[in-house]
Amino acid sequence: MLLSLVTFAPLVGVAGILALRLFGKADDPKTVNAAKWIALTATLADLALAILLVVQFNPNDPGFQFVEEAPWFAGLNYRMGVDGISVLFVLLNAFLMPLCIVASWKSITSRVLEYLIAFLMLETLVTGVFCALDLIVFYIFFEFGLVPMFLIIGIWGGARRVYAAFKFFLYTLLGSVLMLAAILYMIGTTHTSSIPELMAHHFDPAVQTWLWLAFFASFAVKMPMWPVHTWLPDAHVEAPTAGSVILAGILLKMGGYGFLRFSLPMFPNASQLFTPLIFALSVVAVIYTSLVAFRQTDVKKLIAYSSVAHMGLVTMGIFSGNAVGEQGAIYQMLSHGVISGALFLCVGVIYDRMHTREIAFYGGLVNRMPWYAAVFMLFSMGNVGLPGTSGFVGEILSMTGTYRASTWTAILAATGVILSAVYMLTLYRRVVFGTIENPKLATITDLDWREVAIFAPLLISTLYLGVQPNSVFNLTSASVDQLVRVYQAAIGG
Amino acid sequence: MTISANLAYAYPLAILGVGAMALLVLGAFAPKQTTLVGAGGVILLLAAAAAAAVQPFGVAFGGGLISDAGAVFAQVAIYVASAVAIPLGQPWFERRGVKNFEFPVLVLLAALGMGMMAASGDLISLYVGVELHSLALYVLAAMHRDNAKASEAGLKYFVLGALSSGLLLYGASLIYGFAGSTLFSQIALVAGGAGNTGLLFGLVFLMCGIAFKVSAAPFHMWTPDVYEGAPTPVVAFFAAAPKLAAMVLFARVLANGFTHAAGEWQQVLVALGLISVAVGAFAGLVQKNLKRLWAYSSIANIGYALLGLASGTAEGVQSMLVFMVLYMVDVTGFFACLAALSREGRAMETIDDMAGLFRERPGIALAMTVFSLSALGLPPFSGFWAKFYVFKAALDAGLLVPAVLGLVGSVVAAFYYLKLIKSMWFDGSAGATDKPPFEAHAIAVVLAIFTFPVVMLALGGLDILAGRAAHAFGLA
Repeated sequence: MLLSLVTFAPLVGVAGILALRLFGKADDPKTVNAAKWIALTATLADLALAILLVVQFNPNDPGFQFVEEAPWFAGLNYRMGVDGISVLFVLLNAFLMPLCIVASWKSITSRVLEYLIAFLMLETLVTGVFCALDLIVFYIFFEFGLVPMFLIIGIWGGARRVYAAFKFFLYTLLGSVLMLAAILYMIGTTHTSSIPELMAHHFDPAVQTWLWLAFFASFAVKMPMWPVHTWLPDAHVEAPTAGSVILAGILLKMGGYGFLRFSLPMFPNASQLFTPLIFALSVVAVIYTSLVAFRQTDVKKLIAYSSVAHMGLVTMGIFSGNAVGEQGAIYQMLSHGVISGALFLCVGVIYDRMHTREIAFYGGLVNRMPWYAAVFMLFSMGNVGLPGTSGFVGEILSMTGTYRASTWTAILAATGVILSAVYMLTLYRRVVFGTIENPKLATITDLDWREVAIFAPLLISTLYLGVQPNSVFNLTSASVDQLVRVYQAAIGG
Repeated sequence: MTISANLAYAYPLAILGVGAMALLVLGAFAPKQTTLVGAGGVILLLAAAAAAAVQPFGVAFGGGLISDAGAVFAQVAIYVASAVAIPLGQPWFERRGVKNFEFPVLVLLAALGMGMMAASGDLISLYVGVELHSLALYVLAAMHRDNAKASEAGLKYFVLGALSSGLLLYGASLIYGFAGSTLFSQIALVAGGAGNTGLLFGLVFLMCGIAFKVSAAPFHMWTPDVYEGAPTPVVAFFAAAPKLAAMVLFARVLANGFTHAAGEWQQVLVALGLISVAVGAFAGLVQKNLKRLWAYSSIANIGYALLGLASGTAEGVQSMLVFMVLYMVDVTGFFACLAALSREGRAMETIDDMAGLFRERPGIALAMTVFSLSALGLPPFSGFWAKFYVFKAALDAGLLVPAVLGLVGSVVAAFYYLKLIKSMWFDGSAGATDKPPFEAHAIAVVLAIFTFPVVMLALGGLDILAGRAAHAFGLA
């Protein structure tokens, strides 16, 4: 029951807001305010449930826990469950959502009710992706999530929001229909849609190749991997701040999760076969997109490209085929979820005040916004991977894991760490340091209590994860070890 | 068999035939009682659906009529869909000053023809059914007499429909000539043997004729023009039930009559299906008028149904039946939305007309969004499940490449559905709209609720019923 509760609890909030909408005026400030509180309560309640889930989670059991099963139709089942790989993503999602609601408290002024409904639905759908243990149920959550995000970008986004929303939707859809073809094929040949059963099923290596490619099409777009990453900068730049937080913080992780849940355990031979391809694309992603990030003039775009580079490290770690790499990849995803979310919120802070994201517009913010400067500094360092922040743990582990699989890949990827320092520090210098040149910045104000409340949990988790990585590894290691063991056995390594 | 013994298998058809005549007489003597005639039509259609649901299985009229799970499934769906058409259409016409009692009668006659198509066991009843429903539809398309576009649509529909009937008849006569019988069961004994080129020739003509009726590309030319010109509630009707009837007929002819020539017709269906998907997806991209857009969408969707049928298995027929039923709900609902919308008395038919509709009419905009996302094939809307069945059947039958191409086609088509959604949700309002009429609004909302989320519960039953129906067609 707990999993379904975590998944569908936000829908109670949706129902509440819909009731408000039916009985009150949509634009009435009272209604809007009540809706915000409903949304916040629903997301906080969901966070509480997610924490409960993690507390009750048995870290020694590598298999699926909290499994729920109910027959549906035509041999399909409503099947949910989490293991060490997925449980923390559920928590991450529940953790980021209340922050998104608070971050949008003032910056969203039009059609607030619909906005909140979109976020609550997104929370349900994303949680569902990480909990689903049936291919079709997974696909439903995975695909349906496109709609709220499409609306969030398209309705509340910036100037080129329509272009960005369409690009986001169509790119992802194209990847997904190929995955659907593979899913249907798998159900047709194995007569089951249960993910645990399919993980135990051995597909013919020739078939695996095609199935792997079909799933790859979907997850590579979602991740996003070079060269299908181009939708991401557009989507990020146009999305409202909270949309970017969710996009970078959690939606991208669905790609990495997909590789871990499907590609490796179900198609091990194909995964081995394509590992060089993944490594090559990851290295290109790390180096190329870091260079691209360096040349950006828009703060959000820079961080978006840096996300692509960081996801390169994740794919590398996932396909390293050893426990260290996998752990690193998962850690990197969790840490990036927190840090990139926080960085987009940092951008949101100055965007809310000045309504521009041009780097050249800013400069010298430290003079007027010392607290902001400190917060931004910490998250920049986290993004660079400074020891003591969560970014460091993920990077070092995924690179160590990769080093064992392919020395050259790890060496080339290590340059990405330097490059990330180059672009993040340059960004930080240009935005924060120096004297205020732009007269419009003369009256800019520092963080208010609401913004402090948003950043405080993010800051704490970044630092906590930086010094206490074992709290995560305790939960993930059993499942990851089993994944690696099965994978190595399947490829005969 | 005596006539009454035969009739035991044809009560729904008898109810509709006799009922249509009775309503015609009633209308002739009391021309003002249009509401009564309409209500009578709905009752008769529902009665026919009920009679179909309980009718015994067997063969009647010397093999001309078949009563089996397949025929019953299709008839119930057809009659219910036709019953929806009357409350949707009649008030619409009356508000536009066309206050005549013929509308329900014509719907009944069309339903009778479709019922015959679904139950036909030989080429004669096939042709009679096709002609009866087509003639009724031609008149319905042109019923808005004072409207030049509607008259044009009716004429176009008639001319091209007559051409397709000619092809159909030519194919039927060739088949009869080479097989020596009009009964599907007899044709099956000959088809598939050596030296049956003439028979296949006839089959191809017959398939062309039916392809016209389901508006599969490259026989789709009439569809956009007719959809655009014909009155919106009439389009809601003939975009739905007749397509199902013709698809069931397709399955019937191919499965019962040409079981052993499956290799031949499979190729034709795959080609028709893929061309339809491509034409529907690409030609739809440039459309601005929503009725034309939905015409192309229906072409693409028929393409999917044909791919399902092309599997040549019972699973394929089942997938086609599930697809068509879900598609009927979708397309009827969408046109009900269009019928409900007007701005200062003028119909809203272009994508730009829908700008900002979500602020003006959130209910209808939400319903249209649901229908669009469903037609796009996004889970968990009904259109996804329709495609799920079709592509699963195609993949299980080894049609890997067509299935993947079809899926990619659905991504192309996604663009125009998104354009509509964008217009409704992202754009500024294009002005206030009139208060939507109750019946169209209600139908749209109910069908939207079915499309999502009720469909997820209803599929369990539909899956079983369609499965049983599919096995009646005798494919493995």
